[in-house]
This record gives sequence, structure tokens and C-alpha cells, in this order.
Amino acid sequence: MEILIPTPLHSYTAGQRHVHAEGATLDEVITDLERQFPGIRFRMIDEQGRMRAHMRIFVNGAAVFELPTPLRESDKVAIVQALSGG
Amino acid sequence: MTITTPAQTAPQTDTLPTASARAATDTRVVMLVATRKGAWLFHGDAGRERWRVDGPHFLGHIVNHLVLDPRDGRTLLAAVSTGHLGPTLFRSTDLGRNWQEASRPPAFATTEDGTGRSVQHTFWLTPCHADEPGVWYAGTSPQGMFRSEDGGDTWTPWSCINDDPRYRQWMGTAQDGTPDGPKLHSIIVDPRDPAHLYFAMSGGGVHESTDGGRTFSPLLKGLEVVEGFNVEDPTFHDPHCVRMCPTNPDRLYQQNHCGIYRLDRPADQWVRIGRNMPASVGDVGFPMVLHPRDPDTAWVFPMDGRDVWPRTSPDGHPAAWVTRDGGEHWQRLDAGLPAEQAWWTVKRQAMCADTLAPVGLAFGTTSGELWASADEGRQWTCIARHLPEIYAVETAVLAP
Repeated sequence: MEILIPTPLHSYTAGQRHVHAEGATLDEVITDLERQFPGIRFRMIDEQGRMRAHMRIFVNGAAVFELPTPLRESDKVAIVQALSGG
Repeated sequence: MTITTPAQTAPQTDTLPTASARAATDTRVVMLVATRKGAWLFHGDAGRERWRVDGPHFLGHIVNHLVLDPRDGRTLLAAVSTGHLGPTLFRSTDLGRNWQEASRPPAFATTEDGTGRSVQHTFWLTPCHADEPGVWYAGTSPQGMFRSEDGGDTWTPWSCINDDPRYRQWMGTAQDGTPDGPKLHSIIVDPRDPAHLYFAMSGGGVHESTDGGRTFSPLLKGLEVVEGFNVEDPTFHDPHCVRMCPTNPDRLYQQNHCGIYRLDRPADQWVRIGRNMPASVGDVGFPMVLHPRDPDTAWVFPMDGRDVWPRTSPDGHPAAWVTRDGGEHWQRLDAGLPAEQAWWTVKRQAMCADTLAPVGLAFGTTSGELWASADEGRQWTCIARHLPEIYAVETAVLAP
């Protein structure tokens, strides 16, 4: 499925804004992203499996907070950073 | 992830003499400046009169510590995070021209129920013993200790601290720590014995191991805590910076939330040498800097710890202070520094000494100024301004 990558993580995807990843759940998709782009997962998900504070993930426009959330191949996943502060 | 930094990037300030024509072999001293928005390297000549700036590295990233491995003179480790992404570490083996991300940064053990702690940022980096090349220690926020045996590429948590119920209790919660998170810092390796270690926690006190870190014990006698709290409980101890004398590993100095101290082992009783500072200045501060050869000489940079703890220079008049007799007497060193209306201060990792003679000192301010002295603090010169808030300054003397 297609994944939108936020600019702070473009250094991992060689500048790609859109990438493809596979998986039946959000967790599996992020694991596939880590396989393709080593190091990217820990910047988004902490060692306890929690989404980091300013990281938001939307599936077909709806916010998702749980990694076990099931996904379909046709879903569009957008990873977004809630940028704020000076 | 690999990052390549353009070499010899443009100077960032109007006070830096450019030196692009200088041969790289002229460089003798390098200052590693870690800031809230990136890192800079300042290359200086042997006289520390001219400086060439290299940076920014990791622009927009929070860099808490940038350290050169003294065992090879070219490997840099940078503790990096951003305000929004998780923490990581970068490693360079060519003095910052290329950076490679750690493949396994410091992270706490994962718990099955997801209630475990997560590293917010790596705060402190310590190269291990000279006989253990490639071994590093890291201290994190919240308080955790980690070890790498492959030059900083992969890191393993030290469960004897990170998961020990007693230590977890002493670490307290985020509410007990500094405003940007409680920290484990001041990891010290005895140059005579790699199994002899110290570390400190804000909060949580100073601790020692003599068995290579399998077990640690508090080292708190003589240290004071905020009035009304139990001095016997490590939770209430707030060491800001602990240093070991390079030429006398039995002597430790400490800048604490509650004063300046010295400890001469094998004794275990800290002595509050900050009592000898003028009362109008006090003995609150963050950095503790030691002379590379004279164990009686140490520098501090006091801050205002009155009433609401402004944490600025006292009365807006910054100064370093030096003792040359182990803390019996202190001398103010402010020549060249602003005489008034300077309300910045210096964080615990943001002041350092080189190993040349006379000793060069440097410090970075919370207002983004980098100051240096080539004569042990008698005269200060601002060598950069308008940098982001400076978190750490380390210095190293490079082989010509």
C-alpha cells in the first residue's frame, strides 16, 4: 500500500515522499518500512511499542493510534508529524 | 541512515576569521559544540587564536552531546534527537565529514505489557578505558545506562541499573527531574581500572561500582540536599556534574544542586568546598572543569540559585571561578566577559578544558555564544555568537 512519509523522515527514504509497504496491520507495515529503511521505526515508535508523542498516523484520512489496527492493500496511510514549537 | 556533511561550510558568525586556505594539517584543537538545533566543530590553531567553523551538522536536531574518541582521535559520537522524532546516535570516523546512524540506539528493554520506559534522549557519552577500544557508555533521559562494544553502533541496556527496583525508586519520576527530563550523566571510568566506574543522576545521586558495573552503591556522605528532605535517600540528591582528576583518579570534584564538593578516595565523605566561595555569588551552578595535570585546580561557572532559581549569571555579571588549592580559595575570572546585563548561563556539559599548556578553556552559553580562553581563564574572547542554545562543548587536541 502507499505510505506518505513526512519530511523529517525523508532522510531515511532517500527523499521519497511516497513509498510502498506491505502488511496486514499497521505494525506489520511499519515493520516493512523498517526493513526497507533501517532506523525509521525507532524514530516513530518507542521501544515499548508506543507511538511517539508528536507522531500521527492516518489511514484513509482517519487517525489511528493502535499498531494492531488491521489494514487492507487499498488503504492509504499517511504518517504525519505534529510539528510545533520554536 | 548516512549523512554526508559538506566540508568547510560557511562561517556562521561575523566574528570568526575564515581560514579556508589553511591546510588541514595546521589544525591542532577542535571544539565540539552541541546545541538545541545542531552541532558545530570549531577548528583552532595551536595558539587557539584563530578558529575555523565547520557546520551546522544535523541542522534542526537536538544534539545533547558530541564526543571525540580519544583512543583514535577521529571517531565522533553524537547523541541526537529532534523535538518530534525519537532519539538516535550518529557516528563519524572522519571527524564529521560523514555520519552513520547507530543501527541499534540506546533503548530500554521492552516489556510485554508495554508499561516499560522509553528513552527520550541520550544525554551523556563516555568513551571507556584506553584498553577497551570501541567500548562506550551512554547515559539517558529518563535515567538509564547503556554500553556499546562496537564503537557506538549497537547499544545494550545495563539492567543492573535500568531495571533494578532500588535504582528505579531512586530515579523517581519525570516530575522529580530537570525540566527537560531526569538524566543519568557523569559516567566516569577509572583510568587505572576499567571495572571501577562512577555515574550520577539528576535526580538520584552519585554511585560507584568496583566490579565492572555488575553492582553499584551510592556515594553520598557529606552531600547536602534541599532543606526538609531526607539526606539518606538518593532520590533527593541532585549532582549536576562530577569529574575525576586526570592525573589523580582518587580525587573527584562535583558541582551539585546544593554546592561544590571534593572527594579524596579512599575516603567516602564529600567536602563542601563551595563554602569558600563568596556568599554573594554562592556555589550553585552546572559545569565542573578540571585541570589536565594539576589536581588542585578546578573551574566552575556559578549561576543564580536564589529564591525562584533564575538560573542566570548572578546579577547579570557572568564569571568563571577557579580554585588552585583544591577548593580552599576561589578567584573570579571575568576579564573579557560582559560586565553587566548578561543573563545567560552555562549548562553542565557546556564548559571544558583542553590539555595544552597553558590550559585552554571554553564554554557555551544558553544564549548561543561560544567563549574561549587560551590562558586558563585570565582573559576570555567570544569566538562565536548567534548559535542556538548550547548544550555541550567538548575540546580535543589533535595530532598535527
